[in-house]
This record gives sequence, C-alpha cells and structure tokens, in this order.
Amino acid sequence: MKIVVCIKQVPDSADVKINPETNTLIREGVPSIINPFDMHAIEAGLQIRDKTGGDVAALTMGPPQAEGALREALSLGVNEAVLLSDRAFAGADTWATAYALAGAVKKLGADIILCGKQAIDGDTAQVGPEIAEFLDIPHVAYVRKIEEVKEGYIRVQRLMDEGYDIVESSLPVLLTVVKELNVPRMPSLKGKMAAKKAEIKKMNRDDIGIGEADLGLKGSPTQVKNIFAPEIKADRKMFEGSAEEQVKALVAEMRNIKCL
Amino acid sequence: MNYFLNEEQEMIRDLTRKIADEKIVPVRAELDEKEEFPREIMKVLAQSDLFGLFIPEEYGGLGKGSLELAIAIEELSRACLGVATSYSANALGFLPILLNGSEEQKKKYLPDIAAGKKLVAFALTEASAGSDAAGVQTTAVKEGNEYVLNGTKQWITNGGEAEINTVVAMTNKSKGTRGASMFVVEHGTKGFTYGKKENKLGIRASSTRELVFDNCRIPEENLISKEGMGFIIAMKTLDIARNGVGAQGVGVAQGALDASLDFAMERRQFGQAISSFQAIQHMLADMATQIEAARALVYAVARHIDAGEKEISKVSAMAKLFASDVAMKVTVDAVQIMGGSGYMKDYPVEKMMRDAKILQIYEGTNQIQRNVIGQALIKEGAKKK
Repeated sequence: MKIVVCIKQVPDSADVKINPETNTLIREGVPSIINPFDMHAIEAGLQIRDKTGGDVAALTMGPPQAEGALREALSLGVNEAVLLSDRAFAGADTWATAYALAGAVKKLGADIILCGKQAIDGDTAQVGPEIAEFLDIPHVAYVRKIEEVKEGYIRVQRLMDEGYDIVESSLPVLLTVVKELNVPRMPSLKGKMAAKKAEIKKMNRDDIGIGEADLGLKGSPTQVKNIFAPEIKADRKMFEGSAEEQVKALVAEMRNIKCL
Repeated sequence: MNYFLNEEQEMIRDLTRKIADEKIVPVRAELDEKEEFPREIMKVLAQSDLFGLFIPEEYGGLGKGSLELAIAIEELSRACLGVATSYSANALGFLPILLNGSEEQKKKYLPDIAAGKKLVAFALTEASAGSDAAGVQTTAVKEGNEYVLNGTKQWITNGGEAEINTVVAMTNKSKGTRGASMFVVEHGTKGFTYGKKENKLGIRASSTRELVFDNCRIPEENLISKEGMGFIIAMKTLDIARNGVGAQGVGVAQGALDASLDFAMERRQFGQAISSFQAIQHMLADMATQIEAARALVYAVARHIDAGEKEISKVSAMAKLFASDVAMKVTVDAVQIMGGSGYMKDYPVEKMMRDAKILQIYEGTNQIQRNVIGQALIKEGAKKK
C-alpha cells in the first residue's frame, strides 16, 4: 500500500497577523508547526502502513523552510519526505495549490492520499477534495474512523452534523480527516535523530510537468482584495408591545436604516 | 541559565517537556486522586525511546549518559513526580544488570528494557532493612543449579508493574553485608507474588508494593556477578541513581515555582497583583535561586559521572541531599504564595508539596546522605595526613 500524506506548515499561533499591503500572512517570528489536523492524517497513514505494509510519504508544498515540517513528519516515522517547492508556486490559491499537489501525487503514485480536514491558517478545507478532483479519484471528507482497508477497497466513517455515514470506496482514494480519528503519536528520539540526517526529496515545477500559467498567482482564480475580521456590531434594539406592533416598529426601523 | 547542552540534549529536553505538557499534566491530578499507575504514559515514554536513554546502543538503547537521564527526569518531575518516580525507579532497577551483569544477562534483558517493553523494579528494602541495608533477611539458598528465595521485600517502587526485578538476598548470613547477592527475578516465577500495595502521601501515581518470595526457585544464571557482591552492586547502583533523585528535586521545584509565579502575577489583592509585593518577590527570588543552584549541582555531578570519575558517592549524595531539600522548601513556599488556592486540589502545588517529601526519604534518607558525605570527607582528610 502506497500512502501519501499532504501536510502544511502553519504558524503556531491563534492570532495570525496579515500584511496589509500584500494581504498575505506574516510568517516571520512566528514558530511553525505541522497543521494540527495533518498530524492526525500522518498518524492514520502510519497506522494503515503498520497494518497493511507498504510505505508512507509526507508531501508538502511550500518555501524551503517547510523542510522543518517534513523532518518532523520523518521523526514520527514516515518513510519518505517530499518538498514541492518552486518560485512559480508563490501566491497560489487553493485551486493552484491543489493542482500542483495533484501533479506531485501523480508522480509519486498513491493508493491512499490523506489530508487534514483543513489548515488552521486558511481554514478553507478545499485543497484535499480539490486534489481528488484533479486526480479524478473519489474522496471522502471528515473521516472520523477507518473501519477496513484492503487491496482496492476502503470503508470509513464520515463525521456528519448528526451522527456519521459509513462510506465504501475503491482505491485510490483521498481522505480528509478530523481530530476524532486518532491520537497522534509523539516523535521518538531515534526518529528525531534519523530525521535530522534524512534526505528530503525535492520536486519543482519541471518535475511535475505543469506550465507556469496553471501555477502560483497566475494559476489562481482567487484574487485576495482584502482580509479583515468582520466587524462585530453589538447595536441592537428591542421592540415591545404586541406582535403586530413589534413587526410594524421593526419594518419602520428597517426602512429607516435603508435595508428595506 | 545556559548549561551548554548539546543539540541532542536539547532535543531530549524538548521532547520530554512536550510529553510532560501534553500527556502528563492533563491527567496528573486524576492519577494522584485514584492512585493509578500511569500505564498509558509509560507506553508514550517507550514509544519515544526514553527508556533507552541510559542503555548502550549495542543493547538497543541510545547510549546516553547521566546528564541526558537527569534532563529527562527533571522534565517529567516538573509535571508529575509520581510518573517521574516510576520512570527513574526503572533505571534504578536495570543498573545492576548494566553495571555488573554478564554479557548473556545484558543481551537477555536490556533490549526489552530499552524498548520499554519490560519495566524493572529494584528490591533492597525490607521491614528490618531500610537505612540499615545490612538488615536484609531474605535468603537465597543454592540447591543444585537453582537458588531458592524466601522473604519479603517492602516498599518496592514499580512492584507489581515490573516484569523484571533485581533483588538483594542473603546467600551467606554469617558474612554480613559480604554475604548478600543480587538476583534477577522475573514476574510470573513460581513462588513469587505481590503483597501489600501501599497507600501513600504523595507520588501516588507510582506503584509501591511488597514482593513476596515463598520457596521461589530461580535458575543460577539469574545471579548477577558473584555471590557476596550484592551490596557492592547495590551501592554502585545507588551512587548513580541518587543524582537522578536530585534531578527529580529540581524538576518538582521548578514546576512549583512556575505555578506559583503564574499565580502571583494573576492574583490581585489590595488593588494590585500580589507579585508586586516585595514579600512575594523575595520568596520567588529565593525559590528560583535555590533551584538554579540545585540544577547546577545536579548537572555538574551528572557530567562528573559521565566523565568516568571513580569517586561519585560523595557528590551524588550531595546532589540528592541538596536538591531534595530545595524541592521540599520550594514546594512548601509555592503553597504559601498561593495561599488558600495553593492548599486546594484545583491547583497542582499541594500535590507537588506532598510528592516532594519522598525525595528526602527514598534512595537513602538525607541523614544517610550526610553520613555518606561525612565519611567521604573523613577518608579524604585521613589521606592527606
């Protein structure tokens, strides 16, 4: 079984700062971690491997410093780490990111592709399912339990608002996972020592054979105009009287503030 | 303070701290309350290779020294001394095999210990043999190619949880301490059972039990070294392990200082944070100074041991004595700074105070440590004359 886990290096901070000029994340001075949901994806990959055999590759797209996240994945026990890095990838939205990652997965080959349900910095939850679409393979999002894996077949539980679905799929498949799936293991000292010396496989635009027009900012249909937290307006008005009176007063007020 | 740790030592500290913060701190109060052995945490320590720190690479360990062990023990103790005791007592248990075991014994036992598959207990203390270790009554009589053990060991840390026990028994009572021998007794051996499980003031996550030997037959190859070497091996073991007790003291004291400092900066009385009062600042200053002095001593002794120095009894006794007294004082002061809150179980310091007391008692009371130091000084003085 060949498993690829897509991971993302994210800032280890709840209050992520945005550069107001470029509308991108300010990463300087903020310690980086593996996106917490991706930790569960790595754990799932290792558990499947330990049961079925095969190997697990951790794949990330990012700047050269994303190597830190890959070394951490290696210290947890993945067999191989792949850094997809190229200046042409800069400014990619979820579409262009997924397109590039799908290109890399195609090169690596995979029976199961695992992703965290979303990244804690962008919170879009789009990249995983988009990779599956680009690869034209099935995907199951919000996986909370992997019930069975065997050659060409998988059965999982998908977390829903109320309860869960049991989903069967053929392989290859892409799963995005939630934290209920497992408890990520701690790294081992031997793993950490080996990870320090391990070779990180590097891939660039040429390796995945995708033209510049489909990558990075150029390949991104999303253009970020502005990023801001919605203003919280605490103004409120209570109307009193009978229901009829209250509705009349409400309509009058809405006309007054020009929203009717 | 910069202790000039190398990259690997920092890695060990960071990983142990991560485990302590993420896996131990959330459950320490419950383990204490229920007096529950931390089996899940032991599994995490095993998976992270921490049981292999002090075991040579040829037996599946990492081949590190006393300093690395002290760093790991300190970090575990910062979170929970009960967990740290279970971890440290394991090292105490395998040291006789590591120091004096035959090549076959090392090959047989150390790889599983390094992997954390088997826990170890060290069994010396008995009802009549505490500070006076020569009072051991347990006997081992040779019959054919077996030894037959009879007697009861008391207050054995990891007792009942350990798969492997290193046990001191008398092979020749008439020879006194020279008649004691060290044996390996495995869990499940016929005639070997567990007695009373102790209900303790502190370190309640650790298991403390009686080991009962009733015509327990073990093969002669379970004898470590030779007959009569039991006390020498036990003393060599304790010389190394005592610095680990010092590391426990540094850790629990640091945990108490951290908790009381956080509290003092938050808690407001008379319109200001209590940390702004000189009375509190002076207590915090004394606590921090004592901890730093204890840490400096423990790390220095660890480096002294790792450098292969022969005379380690005196300095490891000093580290144990000083750091455990610091731990007791600092944890009491931490409770005092936090006042009523410190006395309640909602905060960790009352547990740390209860836990710290054992450090002045086990692996040789602090009075015995002073004996060790005093006798060493007199020996040194006599040499000069």
